[in-house]
Amino acid sequence: MFSNILIYFVVIPLLMLGGLALCRNIKQVRAVAVTGSLALLGLSVYLLVDYLAQRAAGETAQMLYTGTWSWFGPLNINLAVGVDGISVAMLLLSAIILLTGSFASWKIDPLPKDFFLWLILLSTGVFGFFISIDLFTMFMFYEVALIPMYLLIGVWGSGNKNYSAMKLTLMLMGGSAFLMLGLIGIYYHSAPEGQPLTWNLLEISRNASISTGWQYFLFPLTFVGFGVLGAMFPFHTWSPDGHASAPTAVSMLHAGVLMKLGGYGCFRVAIYLMPQAANDLAWIFLILTGISVVYGAFSACVQTDLKYINAYSSVSHCGLVLFAILMLNTTAMTGAIMQMLSHGLMTALFFALIGMIYGRTHTRDIRLMGGLMKIMPFLAVCYVIAGMASLGLPGLSGFVAEMTIFVGSFEHTDTFHRVFTIMACCSIVITAVYILRVVGKLLFGPVYDEHHLTLTDATWWERTSTVTLIISVAAIGCFPNFFADLIKFTFSPAIFSVIGMN
Amino acid sequence: MDFVIPLLILAIPLCMFLLLGILGMKMSPKVAGTLGTLGMGTVFVLAYYTAFTYFFSGSADFVNGTDRLQYIVFNVDWLAFTPELVIRLGFLLDPISAMMLIVIPTISFMVHLYSLGYMHGEKGFQRYYAFLSLFSFSMLGLVVATNIFQMYIFWELVGASSYLLIGFYYTRPAAVSASKKAFIVTRFADLGFLIGILILSFYTDTFNFIDMTSNPQGVLASTGGATFMGASVLTWALVLIYMGGMGKSAMMPLHIWLPDAMEGPTPVSALIHAATMVVAGVYLVARMFPVYLVETAALEVVLVVGAITALYAAMVACTQIDIKRVLAFSTISQIAFMMVALGVARPDIHEGLGYMASMFHLFTHAMFKALLFMGAGALIHAVHSNDYTAMGGLRKYMPICHITFLIGCLAIAGIPPFAGFWSKDEILVAVYDYSTFWGVWMTFVAGLTAFYMFRLYYLIFWWNEPVYHHKPHDAPWTMSVPLIFLAAVSVVAGLIPFGKFVTWQGHEYIIHMNVTVATISVIVALCGILLARTMYRKENTLPARVKAFWPWLHKAALHRFYWDELYLFITHKIIFNGICRPIAWFDRHIIDGSMDGLAYVTNKASYAIRGFQSGNVQMYVWWYLIGVLLLGAITTICVL
Repeated sequence: MFSNILIYFVVIPLLMLGGLALCRNIKQVRAVAVTGSLALLGLSVYLLVDYLAQRAAGETAQMLYTGTWSWFGPLNINLAVGVDGISVAMLLLSAIILLTGSFASWKIDPLPKDFFLWLILLSTGVFGFFISIDLFTMFMFYEVALIPMYLLIGVWGSGNKNYSAMKLTLMLMGGSAFLMLGLIGIYYHSAPEGQPLTWNLLEISRNASISTGWQYFLFPLTFVGFGVLGAMFPFHTWSPDGHASAPTAVSMLHAGVLMKLGGYGCFRVAIYLMPQAANDLAWIFLILTGISVVYGAFSACVQTDLKYINAYSSVSHCGLVLFAILMLNTTAMTGAIMQMLSHGLMTALFFALIGMIYGRTHTRDIRLMGGLMKIMPFLAVCYVIAGMASLGLPGLSGFVAEMTIFVGSFEHTDTFHRVFTIMACCSIVITAVYILRVVGKLLFGPVYDEHHLTLTDATWWERTSTVTLIISVAAIGCFPNFFADLIKFTFSPAIFSVIGMN
Repeated sequence: MDFVIPLLILAIPLCMFLLLGILGMKMSPKVAGTLGTLGMGTVFVLAYYTAFTYFFSGSADFVNGTDRLQYIVFNVDWLAFTPELVIRLGFLLDPISAMMLIVIPTISFMVHLYSLGYMHGEKGFQRYYAFLSLFSFSMLGLVVATNIFQMYIFWELVGASSYLLIGFYYTRPAAVSASKKAFIVTRFADLGFLIGILILSFYTDTFNFIDMTSNPQGVLASTGGATFMGASVLTWALVLIYMGGMGKSAMMPLHIWLPDAMEGPTPVSALIHAATMVVAGVYLVARMFPVYLVETAALEVVLVVGAITALYAAMVACTQIDIKRVLAFSTISQIAFMMVALGVARPDIHEGLGYMASMFHLFTHAMFKALLFMGAGALIHAVHSNDYTAMGGLRKYMPICHITFLIGCLAIAGIPPFAGFWSKDEILVAVYDYSTFWGVWMTFVAGLTAFYMFRLYYLIFWWNEPVYHHKPHDAPWTMSVPLIFLAAVSVVAGLIPFGKFVTWQGHEYIIHMNVTVATISVIVALCGILLARTMYRKENTLPARVKAFWPWLHKAALHRFYWDELYLFITHKIIFNGICRPIAWFDRHIIDGSMDGLAYVTNKASYAIRGFQSGNVQMYVWWYLIGVLLLGAITTICVL
């Protein structure tokens, strides 16, 4: 079991939990958190390199590093792991955000130890989710990632935190309920008559034994179940309140990684296992996600709280992820995964910066701030870069992801897809409006509040956090083909014949 | 051709941007400025070398007999969407890109040099040079693009660097809102560009310019005559792509950002908003020209939009007070001339003379308009105001500025032998050959051009002398050298046998003077100048009387025909208050309200049934009994 590299993505966080339990002061807590996340980052980089090497050597299996260990025999529940290009990319993303999130919560107060305990538990769930290929364990890790959120927001949050924590948890739990139902349904149709049932993704897709009728029933359940976490309209309202109340690192992790669980799940479970229904019912969800894209962007234009702006912006960008997945072709789906990476990094950067600004000015209301460029140039420049990434400036990650999505979506020739693609394209203009509105108000112009003149610029740990994220965003933006190739293999023709699409 | 030098042309400004952007604050302004200028100087030399190699080496890569060829120096895969649709970053050498390799580094180097004086002592001097380098990099990348997506990438990058430079004085609210406006308006235009690219590439299955333009009929056959709302799909694609050009080149109705962009430092206006970035739209149409020829309906759009814009901007320029705004509207009008020239270019009219004329005018205009802007910068530097009301009689104090500005005015007015005459004359010839109506129209605009430029000239250098608190004087050498250099170029640039170098499809074209058209245009220009001289040479009441004669026209032109108010109404009243606010309200109260409502109902329901769980055993027994009786009754009824 421990010869499989993937297991360590769960083992390291568990070791970190043990280490944290033994910590006596904040320095030790920081040391454990940073060492652990660096180890995870190193591991995911190693995995990336090794994965590419194996692919280069001609390894054509769909999932690499697969391993299965029985967990509960009577129901065929296994701990089954395996990764393809998408999972590798997601693991890397999670590791980067965990590391930068740890730096961003350097001065977390109160109860730093408990905060990191819950944060690492959440990460355990995230990493576990991305390596699992067994539906049941996948679901278990999914829940492990969701629950700590309640405490993290409820205890360390700000503003109307009890309400937000409750709302976020209940809405996501509601999604999980749908999902659980869907997964059990899939389990009972996972194999042809007379063969043993299975939770294993690969086997289920190979068996392709879910009848079309059942697919029509189970697809919406799983898609909506994961879609809630992906902030799909009209199930997105947990996001603005939840993000607004959450502490910095939690916002980063939640928007950066957890929301990606939604998109990843929609692809990996809903579309991958039920291609027929995905093909036939895509139009319903295309309408919903298409609305998400434009609606989120328009809503963001009039918000005054920085976190609300960013939360609605996330609704728009994550809407684009689900939108592109539903296009069901290689290019658009590659774009969707790139958008997940891109959005994860840049939104984490945004939330980190907002947290840092909030920590200084004690307000997130853009009407009460102004001219911060003069006071804290480093943070302000980072904010501008994050904004530029968000509105799709070439050279940063947003551009390549969005363009891949648009070009891919445009491959559909019918009017319906065309109209929605063009509608989604419009978001690039609206995004520019709300980003520049904030940048103009918050950073430029005269200093609004004279008390802000005494504030200081970023500290070293804040610089580490933001610079790491900026470098990652620029790396995707400058070398997109590397990431596109990594992802694209997953959608190679062999896989698409399984999915049954072009 | 070896790839090293072309690569360096792009790499040096990029590295300079990164260097000055990251380490600039650790350098003294002097070091940063010198570094930036030296970097650009190197690019200047390398780009001239490349362009001259292309035009004069006679290598078989570049010419075939007398035809100039398109040559790709390098082309690297950057992002592959599908096996065919690949974004490559490359370097295309052909007549127009080689011409731009002369224009951009020339102006950019002059602006770098000029800024050493103009921006001296400004806070953020290093940042300024970093942004200038970023802009030069993006603009050079744009013109050498080998495929339409590369062009789009750099198109966005020039937009962003323009945003950063307009908003350079970021503490001034006017500059901030001007930069925002510029970015959003051009972004809106780019949306059209993007959709145009999507449509076009879907049918051609390629992004490469050479594939599209070498055999436009072939690659476009796959549209199969598909139509949408009465126009062919191709027309839509081309008009949408042109929309991108309209945004960058400030054609009506997307022109509103350019006058406001004058909030940026003046050298920036000279570089970006007069000579290089704003002609990107013209360059785009020229680049795609063979494709436009397949669908001439789109060229008609180019023509009509250009002609209307030319007249509109010229009228507005006659009334503006801020000298930079006069120049801005003059730029809009002159770019519209280039657009019109492209709009009337057809292979059967003088072998596509309009194309050559357009590029020629682009070249000469870049020189004399940059000159005029730098002259305006020197004036503003001297009197610390943008308005001509604060100027007057300056010819005595600033002789260098006076002479160079006059040369610029003569060039733009189209007086021989200055540069503008030759290029504008070619445009008018092409337009007259296409249609007399548009010919007369554009001649009238040319007359207006002469009028408003000399109005400006007389108001600044003659008219009445206000009280100067400090005696104005000529600028330092860093500012004067570029002025003199560009003035010299503006005198001689028209004599370049342009048709030998830059023509449609690279066939050599011998420019013939059309004496009739040339005479008419010179007479019209002289009339304009004379009128301006009568009205504005000495202080008199004539301008006020003319104003009183058409008060509404003057007022409307002064307010730029209320375009800004219209946009303000659309953006604030309709989009902001009519769409965004209701959506935000709907989200909070309806969508979120229903979620809260669900929670509320659950809560209430559990309160309502909580009485059943009182913990009181007697109550439980009662409920038990009632339940048993009810069940018994139901069973009995069912059985019976």
